[in-house]
Parts: sequence; C-alpha cells; structure tokens
Amino acid sequence: MADEAAGPREPILEVRALVKHFPLTQGILFKRQVGAVKAVDDISFTLHRGETLGIVGESGCGKSTVAKLLMNLEQPTAGEILYKGEDISKLSGRALKAVRRNIQMVFQDPYTSLNPRMTVGDIIGEPFEIHPEAAPKGDRRRKVQELLDVVGLNPEYINRYPHQFSGGQRQRIGIARGLALNPEVIICDEPVSALDVSVQAQVINLMERLQNEYDLAYLFIAHDLSIVRHISDRVGVMYLGKLAEIGTDTEIYDHPTHPYTQALLSAVPQPDPEGRDTRERIILTGDVPSPANPPSGCRFRTRCWKAQDKCAEEVPLLAVPERFKDSDTGARHDSACHFAEDKDIVHA
Amino acid sequence: MSIEMTKADVPGVPLLEVRDLHVEFRTREGQAKAVNGVSYTVDAGETLAVLGESGSGKSVTAQTIMGILDMPPGRITGGEILFRGEDMLKMPEDQRRRVRGDKIAMIFQDALSSLNPVLSVGYQLGEMFRVHRGMSRKEAKAKSVELMDRVRIPAAKERVNDYPHQFSGGMRQRIMIAMALALEPDVIIADEPTTALDVTVQAQVMDLLSELQRDFNMGLILITHDLGVVADVADKIAVMYAGRIVEHAPVHELYKRPAHPYTKGLLDSIPRLDHKGKELYAIKGLPPSLTAVPSGCAFNPRCAMARDVCRTEVPPLAEVTERDGSPLGGRTSACHFWKETIHG
Ligand SMILES: Nc1ncnc2c1ncn2[C@@H]1O[C@H](COP(=O)(O)OP(=O)(O)OP(=O)(O)O)[C@@H](O)[C@H]1O
Ligand SMILES: Nc1ncnc2c1ncn2[C@@H]1O[C@H](COP(=O)(O)OP(=O)(O)OP(=O)(O)O)[C@@H](O)[C@H]1O
Ligand code: SF4
Ligand code: SF4
Ligand SMILES: [Mg+2]
Ligand SMILES: [Mg+2]
Repeated sequence: MADEAAGPREPILEVRALVKHFPLTQGILFKRQVGAVKAVDDISFTLHRGETLGIVGESGCGKSTVAKLLMNLEQPTAGEILYKGEDISKLSGRALKAVRRNIQMVFQDPYTSLNPRMTVGDIIGEPFEIHPEAAPKGDRRRKVQELLDVVGLNPEYINRYPHQFSGGQRQRIGIARGLALNPEVIICDEPVSALDVSVQAQVINLMERLQNEYDLAYLFIAHDLSIVRHISDRVGVMYLGKLAEIGTDTEIYDHPTHPYTQALLSAVPQPDPEGRDTRERIILTGDVPSPANPPSGCRFRTRCWKAQDKCAEEVPLLAVPERFKDSDTGARHDSACHFAEDKDIVHA
Repeated sequence: MSIEMTKADVPGVPLLEVRDLHVEFRTREGQAKAVNGVSYTVDAGETLAVLGESGSGKSVTAQTIMGILDMPPGRITGGEILFRGEDMLKMPEDQRRRVRGDKIAMIFQDALSSLNPVLSVGYQLGEMFRVHRGMSRKEAKAKSVELMDRVRIPAAKERVNDYPHQFSGGMRQRIMIAMALALEPDVIIADEPTTALDVTVQAQVMDLLSELQRDFNMGLILITHDLGVVADVADKIAVMYAGRIVEHAPVHELYKRPAHPYTKGLLDSIPRLDHKGKELYAIKGLPPSLTAVPSGCAFNPRCAMARDVCRTEVPPLAEVTERDGSPLGGRTSACHFWKETIHG
C-alpha cells in the first residue's frame, strides 16, 4: 500500500476518456451494424506506482472490459491508455512487447485460466518463452522454483498439473505467473471471488505482502466491497460503463456521495453481532438496464430514488460536486451526480 | 394419523429434523464421507442457516432430504430424516413422494439451469398446478400470473409467456422462488439462492424470501457459504466442516461469541466494510480431503488451539453453557476446548 502521508507517487498508468463499444450486428451474409454495446463509455483514472486502485460494480458494468483494454486484449473504440506517458493502445510489435512485460494479469477463475495439460513449471515459465531476455534458458527452472516459494507453494511441485491443486493453490500459481517477469503493474480481475473465505484471506495477505516487497501497483477488480476496502488505497465505482464515483477508501466508504455507491454499500450483508437493522437499508428496485440502450442523462436514473427531470436531460460529469468544493470532509471527491449528498451508510 | 391431515404442529416435534445423517460416495480414492453425522431441525416460521465452505456437505445433506441424491455413487449409511416426527427414509414410496412433492420444496443456486429453456415460465409454473392440483390450463395460468405478481415480476400478465432467457438473473431466481411456493410447502430448502446474483439484486431476493417465509409461516433452510448473507434473516446457524456440524447457535450469539475455533477463524478472516483493518487473519491450510479426514477432530491440522487429545479423540457435539453452567439456548460445539474458546 502506498504511504498515504507521503501523498500519491508518480502515475504509472493513465486512462483517458476510454471507450469500448462492441458492435451489434444483424444478418448472416451481409452483416450490418444495428447498434452497439456500450461496455466502457468515457472512463478516466490514474494508477500510481505501488498503489492499489479497486474497481467495483455489478455484473456487466464493464470491469473486465477495462482490464482487457489495459492488457491490450481488446482495442479501444476511443481514448488513450498511457503507460509512463506513452499511449500503449497505439503501440505494436517490439515496442508493445516491451511494455507488456511490465503489465501482467491475474484472472478470476483458477479452474479455467490454467491449461490443464501443462505442468505448473511450464505455466509459470510460459512468460519466459515470450520474453526470453527475462531469464536465460538454463536459469528458468530455478526461477520458477523461486516463484513457487514466493507464493507459498512447495518448489517440489514444479512437475505437477493444475488438477492436483486446490482452488487457492491454483490462484497462487496464477499469481506466480503474473510475477514472473517482474512487472510494475498487475491487473487482477476478481482474483479471489471463486475462493472460500478462509482461503481468500490467505491469498489477499499474499498479494499485500508481494506488493510491499516488489512495489507493485494493482488494479483490483472485484464485486466484494469489503475485500476492496481492505486492499485498496483508492476505489472507483462503475455503473453501466461509466465511473459513478472515485476517491480514497475513506472517501468512498465513509463519505459516499453518489446514490449508487450508497445503495451498494447498504446492500452488503455484514456479519455483525449487533448489526441487525441498525444500518439504513436501501433496496433498489428494478434491474440494471442494457448497455446497448442506456438511459439518457444519468445512467442510474431508472433505479435512483432521487432522480429528477434534470437527471434525464443532462449527463452528470465526474467531478467534485460544486457544494463540496470547499468542504474539509471526505465528501470532497469526484462523484457523477447532480444531487450528490454526503451520507454515511456503513457506520449508521 | 396421516401426514396430509396435520398442518398444525405437533407439540415438541420439530417440523423437519435431520438426525445423525451419514452419506458416503464411492470414489476412485476410496469411500468419501461427505456427510458424517449431521443433525439439525427447523420449525414452522423459523430460518435455519447452514453455513460451510465448499465441499463441507451442505448440498449433499439437502439432496438427501429431497431424495435427489445420486445413488450410486452416493449411499445413505445411517440416520433419519423426520418430517413431523415420521422418518421419511422408512416411509412407503408413495407417501414419501407426496411429502417431498407437496411439503418440501427446493430452490437451487443456478436458476437458469434449473428452468427448462424451451418452455415458457408460465407453462413451467402452471405445470405445478396441473400435475399436482389437477387444475385446467386456464386456471393454472391464472395461478401462475398470481404467483409471478407475488414475487414481484413487473407486468406479470404480459410476461407469463416469456422464456427463461428473457428474464434477468434476479428475476429468474424470483421465478424459482415462485415455483417453490406454488404448492404452499411447509419447508423450503434454498441452496445458495443468491450466490450467483449481484449484491443489490441479492438484497432484493433475500428480502423477498424472508418476507414470504414469514407470510406463509414456513420453515426455511438457507444454505450458504457467506456469513454476511444470513445475518439479517436467519434465526439460528449450523456451521459445517468436513461433513459434520461443528457449531450450532442463535445467529447473533454465534457472531458475538463463537464457541468453536473454526467459526472464530472464519469470522476473523472477513474484511470489514466500516473500517480498514490491518492484515487479515487467515486460517492456515486447506479443508481436508473427504477420503482422508484427519483422525480425532477433523479441524486439528488447521487449528491454533489443537492439543494431543484433538488428534486422537473425535470431539462430541457438546452443549455450550455459560461459565457458571447455566444454559445458553441450545448452543452446541464440537470442540474439546469449547470453554476456552467461548469464555477465554
Ligand atoms: N466481446 C464482446 N462482444 C459483445 N459484448 C461484450 C463483449 N465483451 C463484453 N461484452 C458486454 O459488455 C458489457 C460489459 O462486460 P464486462 O465483461 O466488462 O462486465 P463485468 O463488469 O466484468 O461483469 P462481471 O462482473 O459479470 O464479470 C456486458 O454487457 C457484456 O455483455
Ligand atoms: N454425485 C457425487 N459423486 C461423488 N461425490 C460427490 C457427489 N456429490 C457430492 N460429492 C462430494 O461430496 C462432498 C460434499 O459435497 P457438497 O456438494 O455437499 O458440498 P457443499 O457443502 O454443498 O459445497 P459447495 O459450497 O461447493 O456447494 C464433496 O466432496 C463432493 O465432491
Ligand atoms: S444524477 Fe440524478 S439520477 Fe443520477 S444518481 Fe444523481 S440524483 Fe440519481
Ligand atoms: S477439538 Fe481441538 S483441534 Fe478441534 S477445534 Fe477444538 S481445539 Fe481445535
Ligand atoms: Mg468480469
Ligand atoms: Mg453446494
């Protein structure tokens, strides 16, 4: 975790006005575009060296698409992704390969993200095949064993296959592979969602330890708001392809100003001894609208209990709301709502 | 006394009781003891949460109650399942089928795969009434709309002929709830009913489920691996580990003062929403393989409190009391050292 007192360190990844639309086509022989899934629609944020930025939001809001764009697995429709000031979405060939070494990914599903026919040694060593300069051939076995040790697995397991490991152990293998090239950034898409509670804690602790040791920056995508608070320095809340709110963990959790964030926080079940009925419950009605046809104005307005005419007409911009510009509380942070209000949900 | 006649409770007899149930699976590695002496009860108007990590035997217990266990490879090797005091495992087949069809209903985690994709939801709901209640098509359809309304599907009348894929995940799960409610059962078993749903939708569905449970005065068995989900709805919790109940308590008692090291470890390993904690507590190691459950207490290789006796003697499910021996409302713990655990 970044030292908060020292303030943010230099930006390592900057996302500017990022857009990804997936075309919706009709017809078999002559495909024509009839619309687009607006999976990511004008998103900007910065990831600093050594920090964790959490991204939360419900299914389909575009979290994985952001991850894929950052990993260059999808091409943006518009916008820029700057790695140390250079737009990587426009790079190709060697230049791209060099950048990729520094940005790695850990996937959600420890069961399907590892090739069942490869040994653990081959899986963790695979990045060395693509980037031979990272480890000379004779040295790779030792490097892989070192990585196994780093993530708390027995180095003697190097010749085993993924099915011989538990879910938590497989996730460690995925992390070891992510670490192989000594990256600066790791994009983690739901890295612990598939794990049991007791194993989840082990993997989270491991990730925090590795971050401190190697000064890693994490983009940590998850839908579990408690875990995101635990691991993140800053948190962004996504809804239907847009960022609704972004700020430090205290700003988002103790001073949420966007109604969607407030509803999310109030819906998180908490195993509190005295917890029953003390928190205010906001039960949203209806479902998330389709990203192919999002509501005009504020995308949250079809489920928002505060919506007014203005919300249908004007897209609220992500900025510090006017009324909080001079506030000295945590409410002073970016929030995309015309009627932002500071509301403590989790301590009520 | 026939079961159909007695909707009223028999005093002192639980609505549904699982007593010392044992279920094994034949696997390549040997006999897997998936359920290893599980006992729990649920009464009318009561919600029992069954909590445990993956593979602890929650679903197998439920499947055995519902009579949908894969046999083979599964085999019931002991125990009773009592519905209003009568052992379902010993009932004549037709009576057992009536109880399971009419009196106990189940909701599964994955609504999409439990609904038939090529039939409209109205048809599938109506089938319950046509087959079990002998209603006409028209009557059944009217009932289906009524039920869809009851589980808050907007514009139920217009949507009754839609197919499962035309509904969102949350709506499909509400349709599953409607299906379970159709015959007004006495007990509903919900196996991870909201695990696949988003947190805001999960809150909607849990709210609905507990409202209906109250309105119909049903017994609800809520299976989950999420300690948070049950906090607001359950009356009591049974915690499972490696096929056994290791602790049983009223829900808030359990959160406040766990009497088993495993429960305590689980509670300590959840990150908090209301403040940023330091390093998380993590239970070391992994749950055991069910073909090689450790001797003595199954939790002993992972337990920070384990002593010699834990490796040799299976801890009985002991009654948990206050320090001075006064009772604690039916709390139990399967730990040799429950006293130290709860009283420090
Ligand atoms: N290749 C694709 N073609 C068309 N639509 C896509 C594609 N990939 C994603 N989408 C759509 O874009 C939207 C965002 O998807 P994405 O996977 O980014 O969501 P997510 O936030 O990661 O959700 P989850 O929590 O379920 O993983 C969804 O509506 C999805 O259906
Ligand atoms: N049909 C089957 N054949 C063989 N083994 C089975 C079968 N069904 C379940 N088991 C085994 O029984 C054990 C208990 O499984 P069960 O499904 O009850 O776990 P659970 O507590 O419901 O876990 P989860 O949270 O993952 O749903 C597991 O080890 C499982 O592999
Ligand atoms: S802009 Fe309007 S609709 Fe959107 S969150 Fe704010 S109040 Fe609700
Ligand atoms: S019986 Fe022993 S090993 Fe088992 S939980 Fe209690 S102290 Fe731990
Ligand atoms: Mg995703
Ligand atoms: Mg299960």
